[in-house]
Amino acid sequence: MAYSEKVVDHFNNPRNMGSFKKEEDGVGTGIVGAPECGDVMKLQIKVENDTIVDAKFKTFGCGSAIASSSLATEWLKGKTVEEAGKIKNTDIVQELNLPPVKIHCSVLAEDAIKAALADYQKKADSK
Amino acid sequence: MKFPIYLDNHSTTPMDPRVLESMLPYFTEKFGNAASRNHAFGWEAEEAVENARKQIARLIHADAKEIVFTSGATESDNLALKGVAEMYHEKGDHIITSSTEHRAVLDTAKALGAKRGVKVTYLPVDKFGMVNPEDVRNAITDKTILVSIMFANNEIGTINPIKEIGKIAKEKGILFHCDATQGVGKVPVDVQDMGIDLMSFTAHKIYGPKGVGALYVRKKNPRVRIAAQMDGGGHERGMRSGTLPVPLIVGFGKACELCEQEMAADAARLSVMRDRLHATITKALEDVYLNGHPTERLPHNLNISFAYVEGESLLMGCKEIALSSGSACTSATLEPSYVLRALGVGAELAHSSIRFGLGRFTLDEEVDYAGKRIIETVTKLREMSPLYEMAKEGIDLKSVQWAAH
Repeated sequence: MAYSEKVVDHFNNPRNMGSFKKEEDGVGTGIVGAPECGDVMKLQIKVENDTIVDAKFKTFGCGSAIASSSLATEWLKGKTVEEAGKIKNTDIVQELNLPPVKIHCSVLAEDAIKAALADYQKKADSK
Repeated sequence: MKFPIYLDNHSTTPMDPRVLESMLPYFTEKFGNAASRNHAFGWEAEEAVENARKQIARLIHADAKEIVFTSGATESDNLALKGVAEMYHEKGDHIITSSTEHRAVLDTAKALGAKRGVKVTYLPVDKFGMVNPEDVRNAITDKTILVSIMFANNEIGTINPIKEIGKIAKEKGILFHCDATQGVGKVPVDVQDMGIDLMSFTAHKIYGPKGVGALYVRKKNPRVRIAAQMDGGGHERGMRSGTLPVPLIVGFGKACELCEQEMAADAARLSVMRDRLHATITKALEDVYLNGHPTERLPHNLNISFAYVEGESLLMGCKEIALSSGSACTSATLEPSYVLRALGVGAELAHSSIRFGLGRFTLDEEVDYAGKRIIETVTKLREMSPLYEMAKEGIDLKSVQWAAH
């Protein structure tokens, strides 16, 4: 199967790869997927004044999974928490030109965004 | 060095130029139908086919009359299983095979179960992927008509104790079919010594052309009979009708002759290369696991799982090298390798597996380059892997509650 140019680009030059300390103030962490299924995504956001100022990812998975999470971090930066919650997997599919068998990678990325936002919210609420 | 580098020789092999050369006249000037009995064109074609039959038979220690030409190993497997099940249905309705067979055997057995009510026993394999001959013995019932066990596995290269299984089948008077697609031409295969009654193999795995294979069908002690699955002109002693593809058969014969002459040297050279590749990788990287048997394996096969890294992304990271992975993302079924799962390899490590298949035309420098690139890519992808990060932090990945999806 041939990959789209954008998938190859994100795979070769991943954006925002890395980690924040989970305990850090304003950091929300989402870990989704399972090793047995062949993909695990960790997506983190750093929020200041309701705006995502930074985002990072680490992904165990195929090229499309890596590209989906890399793209997600790019999109998250600069968005408000509310705007971030509106990112849809179909947007990722379209941007990366993912074939039908790779749609689950985009679903996982959306799940990771939601999980990171929920974790941030939970931390904020408990203060 | 020429790119891309081909290290997927279990999938198919490039044709040996000497094979191609032997075939060429049979496309144009010697184009006769081997079944034409009344003119020189037919005689010439028939002679070429019979010569190839001898070359093929010699490689596996059979008689030329015991070779039935087919379109490839899948057809041979189908013909063996369906042909025996149909021919011997009054004698019994039970077939024994193993869980790591090629799909051509597994799906044929499944179809026989669904359409003809044949009962199939799928024997387990040990952690190295080997069938225990005693399991074969214990699975035999008075209804068993066939044992079908592969010579060597196409993913992990493990070689089964074929001679012992053959002996048990003979003792019990049950036919023994062996899918030797990955073994013939790579390691010595002797149907007499190993007690094989039916054997599938194909030309394109041994530097011959695609589109031709053979089923060895024993003629005496015992005389094996199979019901044809393709009816027509009664070619191949009535077992497989259809005009013989003379150029392909000539190439198949030449490929077998070359294997007979060069197999030992090829195997010696490739196993040294393979072992060096394995050593280089294990020296540079932690948490790599060999899949398959450490010694009883094909000389040109290496199958390794690289923990914390998904196989398809690894292939994508070194796409100038043609390799294969047991990852679900590279399979049509979207399931990780059933062969590795049968060995008890965890799904996460099955997703992380890479198969290296060396061949007659593989160069030292290509293997060294592949080793270097694999190490680089695994290192890069581990940096990107949340699992590697967790493992480094001392988290036991098995203790994590993952949300399976």
